[in-house]
Amino acid sequence: MLRFITSRTLQSLLALFVVITATFFMIRFVPGGPFTAEKAVTPEILANLEAHYGLNKPLWQQYLDYLGSLARGDLGPSFKYPNRTVNEIIADKLPVSAELGALALAFALALGITLGTCAAVYRNTWIDYTASAFGMIGISVPTFVIGPLLVLLCAIHLGWFNASGWYVPADRVLPALVLGFAYAAPISRLTRGGMLEVLHQDFIRTARAKGVSEFRIVTHHALRGGLLPVVSYLGPAVAGILTGSFVIETIFTIPGIGREFVNSAFNRDYTLVLGTVILYAVLIMALNLVVDIVQAWMNPKVRLEG
Amino acid sequence: MSRPVPRANPALGPLADRATSRRTGVGSLRILARLPRLLCAALAGLSLAGCLKRETAVQRGNREQVLHRGVGNEVTELDPHLVTGVAEGNVLRALFEGLVTEDPVDLRPVPGVAERWELSPDGLVYTFFLRANARWSNGEPVTAQDFVTSFRRILTPSLAADYANLLYILQGAEAFHKGTNPDFSRVGATALDPRTLRLTLEHPAPYFLSLLTNPPFYPVPLATISRHGSAYQRGNPWTRPGRIVTNGAFTLQKWQPHQVIVVEKFAGYWDAATVRLNAIHFYPIDSVDAEERAFRAGQLHLTEFVPVGKIDAYRRDSPHLLRTDPYLGTYFFRFNVRRPPLNDVRVRRAFALAVDREAIVTKVLRGGQRPAHALTPPGTAGYTAVARVPTDFAAARQVLAEAGFPGGRGFPTLELLYNTSENHRIVAEAIQEMWRRELGIEVRLTNQEMKVTQAARRAGEYQILRSDWIGDYLDPATFLEVFRSDSGNNYTGWSHREYDAALFAAARTADPVARAALLQKAEAILLAEVPFLPLYHYTHVFLLQPSVKGWHHNLLDHHPYKHVWLEP
Repeated sequence: MLRFITSRTLQSLLALFVVITATFFMIRFVPGGPFTAEKAVTPEILANLEAHYGLNKPLWQQYLDYLGSLARGDLGPSFKYPNRTVNEIIADKLPVSAELGALALAFALALGITLGTCAAVYRNTWIDYTASAFGMIGISVPTFVIGPLLVLLCAIHLGWFNASGWYVPADRVLPALVLGFAYAAPISRLTRGGMLEVLHQDFIRTARAKGVSEFRIVTHHALRGGLLPVVSYLGPAVAGILTGSFVIETIFTIPGIGREFVNSAFNRDYTLVLGTVILYAVLIMALNLVVDIVQAWMNPKVRLEG
Repeated sequence: MSRPVPRANPALGPLADRATSRRTGVGSLRILARLPRLLCAALAGLSLAGCLKRETAVQRGNREQVLHRGVGNEVTELDPHLVTGVAEGNVLRALFEGLVTEDPVDLRPVPGVAERWELSPDGLVYTFFLRANARWSNGEPVTAQDFVTSFRRILTPSLAADYANLLYILQGAEAFHKGTNPDFSRVGATALDPRTLRLTLEHPAPYFLSLLTNPPFYPVPLATISRHGSAYQRGNPWTRPGRIVTNGAFTLQKWQPHQVIVVEKFAGYWDAATVRLNAIHFYPIDSVDAEERAFRAGQLHLTEFVPVGKIDAYRRDSPHLLRTDPYLGTYFFRFNVRRPPLNDVRVRRAFALAVDREAIVTKVLRGGQRPAHALTPPGTAGYTAVARVPTDFAAARQVLAEAGFPGGRGFPTLELLYNTSENHRIVAEAIQEMWRRELGIEVRLTNQEMKVTQAARRAGEYQILRSDWIGDYLDPATFLEVFRSDSGNNYTGWSHREYDAALFAAARTADPVARAALLQKAEAILLAEVPFLPLYHYTHVFLLQPSVKGWHHNLLDHHPYKHVWLEP
């Protein structure tokens, strides 16, 4: 187990290094820079700006400088927000996205697993069809359709919530529902598939033969195996949901990290692009590691191998 | 309806099947039977809750004199010397005040920190007399020295302020900023005593007072800035709430990035008796659709934008909420005159004549824009260009024939480049069609992401380029300077000695009539040479609650907050 974790961490660090290097050079080769704007700054001002941010040094020197400050945990200053550092921006916005993500995930799991389980247990009944229809709708209708529709109904027509913003606790409801809905759909389908497979296995039949109640069979015996596909899906999904959703954050004007992730590339905010990419990469690697460990615990057939 | 789950083992099958089918059958029936009643209850609940709407932010704001303003884009910074955007300017005008400020109706310069001023007969030396009761939010008086140190800060090269060149109007400022003269005492800004400031200009400039209302000319509290880092370097976090010291009618209470900026009335402001708003909340909502929804939900008194697709619906259904104010900006295409056949003025002229601007603004954009036949928007500080580029298809075909392309025959396919945006696309498509129909010329449309377009513009790698220009101050010079040969914003490769000379002379002419004549001459040259194609002058289209009072139409979209109030 320890060997597995050490080996995977080392692999992840290597992958992270590749990601950082590739991102650093790719964003630099994109046309345009952080200081190109509709109104040009004079050549003198541009030179001052580049000198301030060290952009006048050779690229390899900038790369080494960046790695050096990264090793000290410093992600550098933002170009777009002149008096803020990337560390500050991430510290400000990641908790917002994480809070929204956690709420949405809780909702998605509760709804998705319940629906998926019901669909599997009552396979080919109207319950199954309803749940499957829900799954198809959830997967095929994008959040930028559901989001504004819910806002029209609940915020503008009924006046229950704010149409956008992140000011009071009630502002969490609509975005968490919309984002959760998008994740609940695949979770319900994965749960259904996993449960169907498990419910056919011998140990379930044995449990039934022993007279175990159907409810207990589902909750105690089948779910653990039936949720395996969901768990492997959750690794990247949790990383995605925690680091924010550009679309949801834009529709509801949420000050999360998801918008920075996209906008920093448009702004050519080199350091912020790198900061958000590193954050995302680290989260995905860490969560995939967690998923592997959890899967081994849930399914004795899975072995952890470095 | 309910079918038993198939079993692998027939021995156990029937028993299990029966159990399952009975349970599902009964369960589903029971829920089905309850469904209509549940639905009715839910609907009743929804409609009841609909009647019990909460008080909206706008309603409460009207009672408490709190203005909720959408500012569009994210406010990146509140340091007056480092900001460049419109959203930042709209917040800073509440927090800081320059030597002069603006009349809410016509933007005429009126006393700000300076209670009066004198101008020397040659139009070069301004002497400002500061009022005794102008205060910083920490209680200290605003002095002439504060302005001198502030001008010195923005002109210091290490700060790398984007708009430092606006101060080049001050004598010697350019040399100091470019490092050729490191001695600030040779720059034309001197504090004669704590309440007297003398500013010496490089050349007479009738728009100088209007320039002073812009953030780069605001005083900043140097002592406070130095407490949080170097005052002459970027990355100093002195503008955070609790640290920032300001001198305007409002003080900063809260700044949550991408959420809200809250400013409250400053009791120590010299003109606090005039200020009627108790607070302003600024919301940076960068999605126009989200902003419009927030307005409809009663969260905003006014928006910064309106989605183009909704303008007609508002005009039809709630015209009292829609405002279309003329705005100091022009939308145009640049021609790259270094590239044949665009190096031929007759070809450029044919393109410029063969555009139905009226159709573009009334049929394509529909936001009340004005067709542009010149570069400077009409009525800019009393100036309206006499020369104009008309719309005349017959003349267009004729000059094109004279250039050697009768009926567009033999004309190469040109590329029209625009940055990716729905609005730019529909305009470009309309013009592509007009040129095809009227001139027989085929133009290829290409769109690129904004920064890529800007890189192509700088490298001169385009043929026809979508562009625009928003004036920095109320004067034709802010537009005409764009196409000066040595302007960093020209980009067309076009240069004209007489044009440059006319602008140079205008900048050194104190007599307003003679100056206007020189500017007219320059604009006439520009419109005869057409290195660009004027399309329309901007309007600022936004939504405004009728409860907001004192929000006057003006070209710069500046609304001094001390003259704004709310009437429920």
